[in-house]
Amino acid sequence: MDGVRLAAAGSGAVAVASSMNPVIKLEDFSKTYQSGEVQVHAVRGVSLSVMPGEFVAVMGASGSGKSTLMNTVGCLDRPTGGRYSLDGVDVTQLDRSELAMLRNEKIGFVFQGFNLLSRTSAVENVELPLLYARGISGREQYKRAMEALEMVGLGERALHHPNQLSGGQQQRVAIARALVNEPKLLLADEPTGNLDTQTSIEIMGLFQELNREGMTVVMVTHELDIAHYTKRMLIMRDGRLIKDEAIQNPLCSSEELAKLHAEQSAVALAP
Amino acid sequence: MMLLAILKISIRALQRNTLRTLLTMLGIIIGVAAVIAMISIGNGAKAQVEARIAAMGQNVAMVFSGNVTRGGFSMGFGSAGTLTQGDFDALRKEISGIVGASPEVRANAQVAAGNQNLLTTVMGVGEDYVSARSWKFASGDNFTDQDVRSAAKVALIGKTTATSLFGDGDPVGQIIRIKSAPFTIVGALASKGMAMFGNDQDDIILVPYTSAMKRLSGGTSFRSFVVQAAAPDLLPTVQQDISELLRQRHRIREGADDDFMVRTQQEITEAATETSKTMTWLLGSVACVSLLVGGIGIMNIMLVSVTERTREIGVRMAVGARGSDILLQFLAEAITLSFFGGLIGIGLGIGISKLVSVKAGWVTLVSTDSILLSFAASAIIGIFFGFYPARKAAQLDPIDALRYE
Repeated sequence: MDGVRLAAAGSGAVAVASSMNPVIKLEDFSKTYQSGEVQVHAVRGVSLSVMPGEFVAVMGASGSGKSTLMNTVGCLDRPTGGRYSLDGVDVTQLDRSELAMLRNEKIGFVFQGFNLLSRTSAVENVELPLLYARGISGREQYKRAMEALEMVGLGERALHHPNQLSGGQQQRVAIARALVNEPKLLLADEPTGNLDTQTSIEIMGLFQELNREGMTVVMVTHELDIAHYTKRMLIMRDGRLIKDEAIQNPLCSSEELAKLHAEQSAVALAP
Repeated sequence: MMLLAILKISIRALQRNTLRTLLTMLGIIIGVAAVIAMISIGNGAKAQVEARIAAMGQNVAMVFSGNVTRGGFSMGFGSAGTLTQGDFDALRKEISGIVGASPEVRANAQVAAGNQNLLTTVMGVGEDYVSARSWKFASGDNFTDQDVRSAAKVALIGKTTATSLFGDGDPVGQIIRIKSAPFTIVGALASKGMAMFGNDQDDIILVPYTSAMKRLSGGTSFRSFVVQAAAPDLLPTVQQDISELLRQRHRIREGADDDFMVRTQQEITEAATETSKTMTWLLGSVACVSLLVGGIGIMNIMLVSVTERTREIGVRMAVGARGSDILLQFLAEAITLSFFGGLIGIGLGIGISKLVSVKAGWVTLVSTDSILLSFAASAIIGIFFGFYPARKAAQLDPIDALRYE
């Protein structure tokens, strides 16, 4: 913990310049696994900066290294080469528990399979990250969890269990859980992978709204149309970043939803 | 994370699979209940042995006649009949420091009074016997040395025998026929309670030994003497003196074995408590094995639980749980299991020992020690057998755990 504080203080002029610091700063990041006799180079030298308020999609085939990249960005793993700073904190030297605390403070995770705890109410699922944060009373945890649930439009379903919610609602609970500790970075791993088109668009709309309010969002997806709701697209191949470009005209979720409804009624009307 | 929150999570997790939780607890419940019940039975037996030995009297030494060996089998001390009237008279005259002595002759005989008829133990004893044994009279009084010398037909009667023959009426002054010889009851003994192996100490008739030998057994030797010393610290000397006297009278050469045996009450007490202590330990250790098996059951279920909840562990780690948080959570679950199992087990154990004392008529003593012991044991088992699965959970890699199907 002290290490984290020191590193943050050491970056200098924190109060003035923090909004200008990149949230993610990768310098020549590489990751090598030892798989039996063979060395697997999952990522071979990626340099990347993501500034506060960006909305980034990471794309790539399986084996392209995007999962490894996301695991490192999410502080679940450490680089074997190069440096990674999250919101000004050098992650490279931190141990397991320091990484855990950093994740708790600065990152919100959204997974493809929602990963909610079963037989546990929505609000308790959302409280989960606060349980591992220090010095938050039970009442405060509940209050903040309810606020987060209301933010994703599920205030009335706080006491429902995951199996009583639709896929889209479950993913909203997961997003509320990711937001409850007021993270610097929202990391989403194929958040629409298990959802139908309409729900996918709605979830993307939620991400766009959060991003408009200033949240930095990084999302892994393999669907190009989903990636087009973001503002910047990264494409990985064979452990390298081969494309990094801004998206000129991101899709607007409300327009796309309207289009979808029109198509659906057209299909319904067709003889 | 606060302890209360951890406890809440672990109880929630255990509630999620109630049947499995109960079955796992059952191991601990049975173990703890067995420890408590077994130790209470052992302690009860010990207390009863002690009471029985106290009933032997105070500062008492017993002299048994030698044993007969027939075809390689010892027939037990007292069977040879090496103690004679002469030995008894010499003992009374020459041994100092004794306040009373009495021979014992034992016979089973048919006893009748009015139209009642029963088989009971008739003991021929001296006038000092009742006081040496510290027995009390309910009514009437002891027979006298005059009665002994004249082989008078007088008798003392135990509570059970008295009730069988005369109901609730006072037996003193009544006539009973022992092997058709009429005896007058001069004293009724107070109740002494059940003896160790279920034989009733109150089912007895005492008559002067002279009468018993003349009219009932027809023998000329005694199976044993009871000797009462004036003080406890005199007993070893008395024991030594009797030994020397009898060796001399029986003309036993230096180095040859005695044809009698002298035992003090302390020696008998020690042997008996040693036996019951061994029994308590034996029962207790068998029960401990079942406690251990219960612990292994907990470890087994916790390992299954860790595997089942790998994804949950991954999610918790992703949102910021440290290894130590996960370790505590699973350890708390194991301890909760064994703690509540222990509580239920204590209740069950106390219940079993109550049931045993009511149904089987054994004396049981639930000691605070055994409760504390088994409670501590169940807590330690929770920690010990919960630690390995908990550490396994804590050491999971969050990436692998999240990906686990």
